[in-house]
Amino acid sequence: MAEARHAVEVEALVRAFGPRRAVDGVSFALDAGDCLAVFGPTGAGKTALLRVLAGLLRPTRGRASVAGVPLPGGPEARRHIGFISHASMLYSALSARENVELAARLFGVPDPRRAAGRVLEVMRMASRADTPVRSLSRGMQQRVSIARATVHDPTVVLLDEPFTGLDAAGAAALSAALGVLRESGAALVMVTHNLEEGLALATHAAVMTAGTFARYEPRAGIDARAYADAYRTLVTLDA
Amino acid sequence: MPDAFGAALLIARKDLTIEFRTRTAFFSAVVFALLAIVIFFFAWDPTAVAASDLAPGVLWVIFTFAGLLGLHRSFGVELEDRALDGLLGAPIPRHAIYLGKAMANLVFVLAIEVIAVPAVALFYDMPLGGFAGAAALAAVMILAAIGLVAVGTLFAAMSVNTRLGELLLPMLSLPFFVPIVVPAAQTTARLLLGRPVIESVGWLKILLAFDLVFVAACTLAFPYTIED
Repeated sequence: MAEARHAVEVEALVRAFGPRRAVDGVSFALDAGDCLAVFGPTGAGKTALLRVLAGLLRPTRGRASVAGVPLPGGPEARRHIGFISHASMLYSALSARENVELAARLFGVPDPRRAAGRVLEVMRMASRADTPVRSLSRGMQQRVSIARATVHDPTVVLLDEPFTGLDAAGAAALSAALGVLRESGAALVMVTHNLEEGLALATHAAVMTAGTFARYEPRAGIDARAYADAYRTLVTLDA
Repeated sequence: MPDAFGAALLIARKDLTIEFRTRTAFFSAVVFALLAIVIFFFAWDPTAVAASDLAPGVLWVIFTFAGLLGLHRSFGVELEDRALDGLLGAPIPRHAIYLGKAMANLVFVLAIEVIAVPAVALFYDMPLGGFAGAAALAAVMILAAIGLVAVGTLFAAMSVNTRLGELLLPMLSLPFFVPIVVPAAQTTARLLLGRPVIESVGWLKILLAFDLVFVAACTLAFPYTIED
């Protein structure tokens, strides 16, 4: 019988920058619909981990795969991935619709204009779709950025501090959109400082310090208050 | 998913749309080109140097430096809010990004040439040699622009993430521009003098050969300049 394929599989992953190991022996696996929240202080290696999973950095050692495709994997791996960073990755001179439509075309989405309209609607940005991105507030830009990253219905969504800069409406729209993505079978890896928002969406949680997972467990067994205390202790020890 | 050429066209169209709306690099380059023509003109002593000796040099100095303004800008727009990560995360071959950028840069350089060549012809009272001469001059401009853009786009990608990018780009590019600019200037000089096109065929072949080498080598090298 064929071995079941995880949506995301990471095994003893190492990513070094010169002598410094930003990611140092991380392992985990996620199935369709799972959401891993990765918490940790600045410089813990969370963003490096996401950039390896996004195919933007090559692993130094170990293995990582997305939808069964080993990373970095080229276009075949990247077509499964949606990457949302704290930088919007948008062109300020283009409108929200043009930015999202460009992404749809690059990902080979059929009827890109319609797909762009659909995700902008989901992110509650339809009324500002034709506004140049430079004229939008930071929160609105972040919502457009999320629409850009999800227009191709990715099977794995990588989120780097996605709630940063979002107002209450934007945060609600993002939570709803992520819920829809999970229900449709997408696996999520979310890096955040915010324990409350992270745990609300997560099926698994990890604390990353100095490039390694100091803790990694299913969300079901976690008591949020005790977890917050343990997190503060780990981060204080790491500082 | 779009093929490499389709993706390159999307990227080129995006770059040209942004440049058309902001016009930052194009206006800077055109103003630079026209000012340089005027300065060269007023510094020129017509009794010491013939116009036909000076004009080709002026033309190619201007194209080289005006082109660098656009080349630097082409990857500069990708740094704003890390838009380059969006392109790198798309399921397209890396060389499609290079080809798209190069296509947009080619349009940029050709647009500068369309303005600068008549300006130089006007200031230096140079005949463009009838239809055959003008067509041959246009061919030289296009061939040389392809070579300059092929090399410049690669080095723009390499230098954009460095602290001294604006200095590094000309330092890296200019030595590689020499094999393009020399045959282009030689051919331009002959054409501006009204000499038969056949006299320039040797230089045109050299130009074409360097174009082929640079386009192929830079397309192959580009993925290594942006992968980490």
